[in-house]
Amino acid sequence: MIRVDGTGKSNSLIQVRGLDKTYRRGGEEIQVLQRLNLDVDKGDFVGFMGPSGSGKTTLLNLLGGLDVPTHGSITVAGDEITHMSGNKLTQWRARHVGFIFQMYNLIPVLTAFQNVELPLLLTKLSKSERRKHVETALGVVGLAERMNHYPRQLSGGQEQRVAIARAIVADPTFLLCDEPTGDLDRKSADEIMELIHRLVKEYGKTVLMVTHDPVVAKRADLTLHLEKGLLVESGELGVTVGGVA
Amino acid sequence: MKFRGLIFANLFRKKLRLILTIGSFAVALVLFTFLAVVKSAFSRGTEIAGEDRLVVVSRIGLMQLMPISHRDKILAIPGVKAVTHNHWFGGVYQDEKNFFPQFVIDPENQRQVMTELVVPDDQWNNFVKDRMGAIAGARTAARFHWKIGDRIPIKTTLYGGGSSEFNLDGIYHSERPGGDESQFWLQWKYFDENAPAPVKSTAGWYVVKLNSPDDAVRVAKAIDEKFANSAFETKSETESAFAAYFAKQFGNIELLILTIGGVVFFTLLLVTGNTMAISVRERVGELAVLKAIGFSGRAVLFFVLAESIIIAFVGGVLGLTLAYLLIPVIGIALTGLLPPLILSKTLLTLGLGFALLVGVVSGLLPGIGAMRMRVVNALRRV
Repeated sequence: MIRVDGTGKSNSLIQVRGLDKTYRRGGEEIQVLQRLNLDVDKGDFVGFMGPSGSGKTTLLNLLGGLDVPTHGSITVAGDEITHMSGNKLTQWRARHVGFIFQMYNLIPVLTAFQNVELPLLLTKLSKSERRKHVETALGVVGLAERMNHYPRQLSGGQEQRVAIARAIVADPTFLLCDEPTGDLDRKSADEIMELIHRLVKEYGKTVLMVTHDPVVAKRADLTLHLEKGLLVESGELGVTVGGVA
Repeated sequence: MKFRGLIFANLFRKKLRLILTIGSFAVALVLFTFLAVVKSAFSRGTEIAGEDRLVVVSRIGLMQLMPISHRDKILAIPGVKAVTHNHWFGGVYQDEKNFFPQFVIDPENQRQVMTELVVPDDQWNNFVKDRMGAIAGARTAARFHWKIGDRIPIKTTLYGGGSSEFNLDGIYHSERPGGDESQFWLQWKYFDENAPAPVKSTAGWYVVKLNSPDDAVRVAKAIDEKFANSAFETKSETESAFAAYFAKQFGNIELLILTIGGVVFFTLLLVTGNTMAISVRERVGELAVLKAIGFSGRAVLFFVLAESIIIAFVGGVLGLTLAYLLIPVIGIALTGLLPPLILSKTLLTLGLGFALLVGVVSGLLPGIGAMRMRVVNALRRV
């Protein structure tokens, strides 16, 4: 169950409490996120919408351990990440987070197979075990036959599917998707959303996704709206939602 | 090494740039090695000089002659084992570009003093008996394809000029690695008989063999004191000091080589550093993604450094291989103008070390930048 009132159960997969993020630009303080609370359980699919500059990507970066909050805490699967050192946070990301970016961000000089294998290079898996995992991940996204192709030999939708395979190959705790369909046509976008939906429903993945596209947002269990750093609106079936604490 | 694929894929990202960078390394290494070999050639005289030998020249200068009577007076000084004397002959063989040093030697004492320059006994005996005899160093004999029994025409502009044909009675070898095998020796008796009056019964310089290297300072002082306030004052010094003085006649080779070497080093550093910086800048987004998915800053630094070190290593090995092949050819072309050019294992190791140092330094700066890069900022730029 997804809650934003700070009263979620203590065993939620992701717990965010009183999250503030302030940037300093030219002597001026810009508050991007204000006293944000969020509880996400395993298997939830949350969408974040909002105008540009509302703090969506900042929230995703904070949840993914790429940035640190000004105040507040983030706890994932019992680990509070807000006070982790840089190195610990890097190791934590490798174990718990799968990133899916708008621009796919594949390494152009590596094949689809090699791109998907990257997160596994940080594990102790043998070469044959890595191969097995990569083939499985590429099989899930329907690109098993394209594993030796380079990104330039793939369409945008296929590139994003390779990026999704890279995100899931190490079986992370949750997936963070930043505008995963933002660079795709409607048909490809639908295919990608179908795939992400399958990951949630069939494989029990937890997904947090930022999007501008209301059609895409509808695929999430719940869409939360961010405006000027506040979670101001919510609404979907089967979830309990509160106001800002 | 599981990161090998990633490192090599990035390395071959821009093949033309890779080839040009490796090429610049190779060319710089050839130049570096050549300069180092030339420097070593000039300083070799000092390195191989006999520790138990002194060279005695006129206090006025190297070209000033001394009376032959000095020989016995020097020999009488305690600590002196043997004395020989030489003259510069300054002849031309066929053409001026065929230069090699020609010395008029004293056959009676040459072998007692210059013990490392070995001539087989039968050849030496023929030389001693032959007024028109000559002995050539193995390198010079090989250079002109001379064999024993050949007649060698030498024209000289010194001592009244003239041309003579000498009989090649022997070929000497140096027992010391890197020793000089380019000299051409002539008989003092023949020279003295034909020399103009002012040159008769003179020596260009003396070489003194000591009983012990420990006597060098004392004997040198004693020789110079012996001839002090005479018409032919002397300047005595160890053979290595004389060789160093002689090398300085060519100018400050060491400074020249260090200056050119320094320019090569920094140019190479800038070229490679710039290449690495561009290469890192081009893939800031990719490096940020690597960091986002769990690669540490140190891993990213390692990738960048590995690339620059591989470029340096391949360029270095290529350059040293080229130098290894080219230097003997250049050495032959410059015979007579420069001492023998010898590319030693030490120089090869030094060259490779130099290449790797450039590789590390040029990769370090962009690598540290990539290591410290904030993922959020880098992803925003993609």
